Parts: sequence; C-alpha cells; structure tokens
Amino acid sequence: MFKRLVDAGETVSLKVDGKSIRACAGDTVAGAMLAAGVDHFRTTPVTESPRAPYCLMGVCFDCLVTIDGVGSRQACLVPVREGMSVETQLGKREAGR
Amino acid sequence: MAGSEYDVAVVGGGLVGAATSWGLAREGRRVALLDEGDRDVRASRGNFALVWVQSKGLGLAAYAGWTIRSSNAWGGFSDLLKQETGLDVCFQRPGGFHLALSEKELEARANILKRLHNQPGIVEYKTEMLDHSQVAKMLPDIGPEVVGASYCPLDGHVNSLRLFRALHTAINARGVTYLPSHRVENITKDGGEFRLHTGKGEIRAGKLALAAGNANMRLAPMVGLEAPMRPERGQIVVTERLRPFLNYPVVTLRQTDEGTVMIGDSKEESTDPSGLTIGVSSTEAERAVRQFPLLANVNVVRTWSAIRVMTQDGFPIYDESETHPGAFVLCCHSGVTLCANHALTVAPMIARGALDKSLVAPFSARRFHVQAAG
Repeated sequence: MFKRLVDAGETVSLKVDGKSIRACAGDTVAGAMLAAGVDHFRTTPVTESPRAPYCLMGVCFDCLVTIDGVGSRQACLVPVREGMSVETQLGKREAGR
Repeated sequence: MAGSEYDVAVVGGGLVGAATSWGLAREGRRVALLDEGDRDVRASRGNFALVWVQSKGLGLAAYAGWTIRSSNAWGGFSDLLKQETGLDVCFQRPGGFHLALSEKELEARANILKRLHNQPGIVEYKTEMLDHSQVAKMLPDIGPEVVGASYCPLDGHVNSLRLFRALHTAINARGVTYLPSHRVENITKDGGEFRLHTGKGEIRAGKLALAAGNANMRLAPMVGLEAPMRPERGQIVVTERLRPFLNYPVVTLRQTDEGTVMIGDSKEESTDPSGLTIGVSSTEAERAVRQFPLLANVNVVRTWSAIRVMTQDGFPIYDESETHPGAFVLCCHSGVTLCANHALTVAPMIARGALDKSLVAPFSARRFHVQAAG
C-alpha cells in the first residue's frame, strides 16, 4: 500500500516478528513497517481486532509494538536502529514475556 | 410519615448509599438518594474491589462475624443484581492471600491472626499459614523472596466499578429518585419528618439514612448522631491489560476480570484525593515486582489516589438517633465487602425503623465514649 517516494539515507536492517526488513536511517519504526508492507501492528486486548497506525504523531496509540523487549512502544515515535527487534502485539500482553 | 414525598432520604450516592437505597426500594419504600457532584470527593470510585475477610476484627471480634455474613451473602446478592440489571459484577471467592517477603513479616502476620482468633466471642473460620512451596502451588508466579503467606478461603474480589454501575442502574429501575449535586447543608426535623436543606431546594422524608462517607462527620450531629472519622489516602498503580495469570486476589495486588493488575495498599494522612506521590507508588510497584517478578516489564497505564472512609478505629459505625428518631448513620471503609449486608440486612432494618441490636450493637458510636472514659 505504501511506496517510498525517495530512497534516501543509509540502509538500516531490523527484524519484525523475526523477519528482516530494510529501512532508511531516519525512518520511524512505524514508517519502516508500513513501507515494508506490514498489514497490522497489533490486535486489541479486548476484541483482538487488528490495528495499524492512525495519527502517526503519538496521540492515537494504535501503533503499539514491542521494541527490544519493551512492550507498548509507540512505533511512530521511535527512530529505527540497526539490529532492532520489533514484535507485533496480539491481544492482551503476557506478563513476563 | 404519610404526606412526606419520600419514605427515606439517603444521603450519599456511593456504594453504601446506593446499596441501602436498593435494599429500601426492594422493601417497597419511596427513596430519595442525594449525592454531591462530579468534582467532589467520591470515595466509591477509588476502591480495591476486595471482598475480604481475613484479619478483620482484631480489636472488635463482632466485625469478623459481620464481615463473614456479608461475604457469604455476596454471591446471592450479585445474582440478584444480574437478574435486575443484566450486569455481571464478576464476583469471585477463590480465597485470598497476604504475602510475606521476609520471615519477620510472616511471623508478624501469624501473630496478628493468632491474636484475632483468640479473642472472646470470635466466630471460627479458617485462615492458614503457608510456606513458599505451598503458596507456589496456588500462585505459581510468586518470586523467590516470598517466604510464605496467610490464606483464607473466604476472601474474594469483584469488579467494583461495575458493581457501582449495577447498583445505580438497579435503583433507577426501581424508581429511586437520584438527586446529584444536592449537597446537604443542613437537616432539621419538623412535624415528624426530616427536612434536608440543599442548594437546590428542600427534600422531605419520613426517615433519614446518612451514608455520606467522611462527610457523615459533618452531617451526623445535625440529627443527634456522631461519626468520628479519620480519612486516610491510598494510592493505586494500574497496569495495562494482561493475559490472566493470577487466579487469587492478594491483599495488595489483584488481577481484574479485564486483565489489568491493580497494586495498592498505601496509607497516608493526606486528604487531598488529587495528590500523587511518586515515592509511594514506586514503593508499591517495587513490592509488587518482588512478589511477582513477571510484572517487572509490564507497563503502568495510570495511577490514582483516593480517600478511604475510615472511622476513628477502623470499624463500621451503625447507629440510630435517640434525639431524632428515624435518623440512621452508616460508616465503613469496606463498602465493597459489606455491600451485601447493607443491601440485604441493614436496609430492611431502616425500612422497619429500628436497627437490629443483636447484629449491629457493637458498631454503635457509643463505643468511642467507653474508650475515652477508661
């Protein structure tokens, strides 16, 4: 659905649910995931319905993902880093994971 | 009194007032429930939702029996609410724990329970002291620092906000007149009926039940009663929703039916319900992680504080006025645990016009004078 207009900056490699994706330095995690064609970032805790980023400016909380073991990070506010590990969040979080 | 618009005016729309109003409505009484407004201190929005038995009654043995009575009636009470409103308040009584993080804590706990159960007139019920491995069978996620716990099979919990909503839904359906933003400024008795003077007019009723929490201290003397209160603040830490892992409530930590974990039990003298102190909430959080290490990387979504409705000695007050017959006062800090009693036992007493001394005499505020004379 999303296509990069410009392929600028260094390549950054990160993992989303174990699968490597290529991003550009300066991307947010949300932008990188959307550009890589990730369909949804999480499913809601109560009804488990899929969500993807909405506002892309830190106020809607629909882009929540686990980044390097820390849960419910707003992907739109975190810049990509080489080697980062991102996991989508399905339903309620499991304590201890 | 024939001619009064209402049979009973209940002051205070929290759990105590709402439960009492519901019970009175079930007895066929016409009830007006007066409440303050959304910006006022409202203790019933800030509860930990425990329906708790263990360790209640040290210093007043009758409180243990009164509590157990309510705990035993709670299941039936929640069924009635569900029938009337369709709302399930998720009452569960799996038993509950008080965890100890050191031998000293465990010993202190055992001593308190021993003293409690040795009191003359105490009702007998089971509370066991368990060691780490026994606790781990029921709470597999406890951390290594948990030395042991006391466990009581009569302890439980409920969704207290949904309980509050269910009571208000039920009283509305039963035709109770709910009057928000009607702060009672003065109460007089005239021509056999009570007149409640509020900023929005006067409410008249044949009987009066004061269930206004800490504000009972101001209101009770207007009708020849007293309610010595000692409000106390508590702060709560609330986590994001988690997959169920905790099947039993712990006195300072529980997982709700919706998955959030509530962490609490601080006590402060402050009466500012909007104040939060990081030191208090971080201490609570740290203790919670020592009890359940898997909580360490779980996110906190909010913290809040609330004021406990605490009497001078921590035990309930139920009284009827001698100078103003027909006026009653109800104060307690366990508005959730005692909800069933208020709805099913105390409300009918008020409807009949007299407290049943065989059940509630020990909770009269006269007990404070006995202590002062000693």
